[in-house]
Amino acid sequence: MKKISTPYLLLLPGFAFLFTFFIFPILSLAQVSTATPISGGDVGEFEQTFRFRNYLEAFLESREHFGRSLVYALLATIIALLISYPLAYALAFKSGKYKNILLVLVVAPFFTSFLLRTVAWKQILGEEGFVVPPLRTLGIISESTTLTSTAGAVILGMAYNFLPFMTLPLYASIDRIDPRTLEASGDLYANGFTTFRKVTLPLSMPGLVAGTLLTFIPAAGDYVNAELLGGPNNTMIGNVIQSRFLIPDYPTTSALSFMLMAAILIIVVVYIRKAGTDEVV
Amino acid sequence: MTSPKKESIVSKRPLGASISRWFGKNLIRVYMALAFTYLFIPVVYTFVFSFNDSGKSNITWQGFTFEKWLNPCGAPRVCEALGNSIKIGLLATIFSTILGTLIAFAIGRYAFKGRSASNLLIFLPMATPEIVLGASILSLFLVLQVNPGFWPTVIAHVVFCVSFVVVTVKARIASIDPRLEQAAMDLYANEFQTFRRVTLPLVAPGIAAAALLAFSLSFDDFIITNFNSGTVTTFPKFIYGAAARGIPAQANVIASAVFFLALALVVIGQVVSRKRKVS
Repeated sequence: MKKISTPYLLLLPGFAFLFTFFIFPILSLAQVSTATPISGGDVGEFEQTFRFRNYLEAFLESREHFGRSLVYALLATIIALLISYPLAYALAFKSGKYKNILLVLVVAPFFTSFLLRTVAWKQILGEEGFVVPPLRTLGIISESTTLTSTAGAVILGMAYNFLPFMTLPLYASIDRIDPRTLEASGDLYANGFTTFRKVTLPLSMPGLVAGTLLTFIPAAGDYVNAELLGGPNNTMIGNVIQSRFLIPDYPTTSALSFMLMAAILIIVVVYIRKAGTDEVV
Repeated sequence: MTSPKKESIVSKRPLGASISRWFGKNLIRVYMALAFTYLFIPVVYTFVFSFNDSGKSNITWQGFTFEKWLNPCGAPRVCEALGNSIKIGLLATIFSTILGTLIAFAIGRYAFKGRSASNLLIFLPMATPEIVLGASILSLFLVLQVNPGFWPTVIAHVVFCVSFVVVTVKARIASIDPRLEQAAMDLYANEFQTFRRVTLPLVAPGIAAAALLAFSLSFDDFIITNFNSGTVTTFPKFIYGAAARGIPAQANVIASAVFFLALALVVIGQVVSRKRKVS
């Protein structure tokens, strides 16, 4: 009897907390998402009318932002992966006695405030930074071209900010690969590319799946990078949710939040199925 | 060309092997140098501009000064914001580490009905975008007619920190050799003694790592904080608010100091764990 109840006792405080402050809020969000403003009531007062059209209207109004969020997040994830994979590989196999130092150095930049780093990028790439004026003088970019307020800046900013979420799981997975399996592949006349495709990549899949998810999810809901590094044409769904929340237009905020979560969950489930690994959960 | 068996595992072409190997080796170095440059540019920039003799806004270089380092609280409200961030971070760390460690032991140590559902419940907050988490928790507080502020922020931080604590501690528990505990039991230690003298010391580094992770997540959080903190200003909120009118160099001083402090902690941790392994 004791053996059965112990785990439940251990779970009780944490799960009671998560039910109260995670599950319950999500449900209350669901409840608010179909509400409408009380006629004649104060600003911010809503009543439940089960108006599912809220979803359709919210979606039609901000479908552009939805599309942009998913595309930006996807591109940021791909860039982060392209930067992180060789980095994680080099850390695991090529760094020798410097491994621990280099690993600390990969994480270290993220000890500086995330907002301050993003502001730093904004200033570096901005009009008064040390990149734009020389490029203008050299005639590489025209007078009217800016580096900030562009989609590229937002995407690179997100790739930068979520990089450790990509690098660390990748490193953990690649570091676990026995170097002898790679030697064996070489002994069996596989060239470098074949060894990578048939041995290294499949063995690093758990890290790759975890890393891409941990990058994609926060990127899809982010609004700080779009706000600091982007312009009016780069606003994402996060910006819409944030601004709607301040009005306050809670039904639209909630409906948008739900659709964002649903989109992400669908992508995650399909992706995990396709990638064929359950190790993430 | 008679090339001896190479230790290189990637390139396997006999012709020009040494050239390609040399190139491959240095390509990695060049790549690492580029990657680390990319990673450190904003950090170095932030550090350099903490010495800027600037007024309210800190965008163009005005000249070198130590003044901001000598007087980090010189800018209005920056240290108040830092103090709030530290308080919220410590409280969120304590609560999330306790709750998360208990859950990690349950999931990592026991087979029970609902274990995979429990794993799912832990994974969900991590799979929820911060903006959704922040908005939903605030909607609960609004329903309960609790004003956003200090404690709602602490609670919201605990929600997203718990999952990371569970994952970190669980990984540590999984790496413990079960024979060590069996050995303790064989030597007539009871369950509690085994836990206190064997299991807990072995899991402790994982718990410490989880606590550090929780603190850094809480300390650096902006989106969820922005929803739930009301008029309480945290350090990230201060920066965000100041970004429009110009961030004082004192913020750079504090951020750089936090950077060096964290770096020192990690290095000390590494040295200690290596010494332990040796002895």
